[in-house]
Amino acid sequence: MGEITFIVLAALVVVTAYFTVTSPNLVHAAVALMGTLFGVAGLYVFLYADFLAATQVVIYVGGILVLIIFGVMFTTQIGSQVMVKSSAPNRLASGLAVLVLFVGLANIMRQAPWHRGELVAVEGTVKTLGTSLLTRYLLHFEVAGVLLLLSLLGAAYLARREHG
Amino acid sequence: MDSLESYLFIGLVLFCFGLYAVMTRRNGVAVLMGIELILNAANLNLVAFNRFGGLSEQLPGQVFALMVIVMAACEAAVALAIIINLYKTFQTIHIDEAREMRG
Repeated sequence: MGEITFIVLAALVVVTAYFTVTSPNLVHAAVALMGTLFGVAGLYVFLYADFLAATQVVIYVGGILVLIIFGVMFTTQIGSQVMVKSSAPNRLASGLAVLVLFVGLANIMRQAPWHRGELVAVEGTVKTLGTSLLTRYLLHFEVAGVLLLLSLLGAAYLARREHG
Repeated sequence: MDSLESYLFIGLVLFCFGLYAVMTRRNGVAVLMGIELILNAANLNLVAFNRFGGLSEQLPGQVFALMVIVMAACEAAVALAIIINLYKTFQTIHIDEAREMRG
């Protein structure tokens, strides 16, 4: 049962990622991206990262994806042909380069002596995550907060309407 | 299912798709989608290493992944503000058209 779910999730992630990359219609690409993000959230559940899966759904699907669709709607003129892809030679060269990178990285992944610990049973990561965020990773937590504030101000400043 | 390599492989496929999108798409928003794919690939790797690397006392990989999600949110907000500015200035978000710092 778990095996089948995992394979279905992996297939969902890969297929929707493919459509995100190749679809000429940006709204279709955004919807495909939603499938990818949901699939990755499901994989997080398999990795015993329940809080991260919920965060992924709330922030990526609920926040970033909505922002992206806003961006698509804002910047597309109705009826105009939007040039999405680059020229065919560029696509061919990029595809070859990515293919070579893929084969190389897959080989490295297969041969590398990854460090493996023993698998321990995990029951809920929320408590552990909260404790480590406020003790060992407190500085990271605060810096992330400042970064969020700064980017909020920066984005509002950049996108404001000019007066006069 | 319970092997590190299967997750790493999915992450690798996601990363390659994202990189291909960044290299071939010529629309600012589509490039942004490719970057989101790359960030998701990195996150998947971090969480997988956290699970299979025997690091589960303080969950460093998951904390790191959380930080990446925060950073992705910041990046999406700022990038879309830039894209909207670009559109106001050039009336297009074809990224090859934007060659000047001042419109």
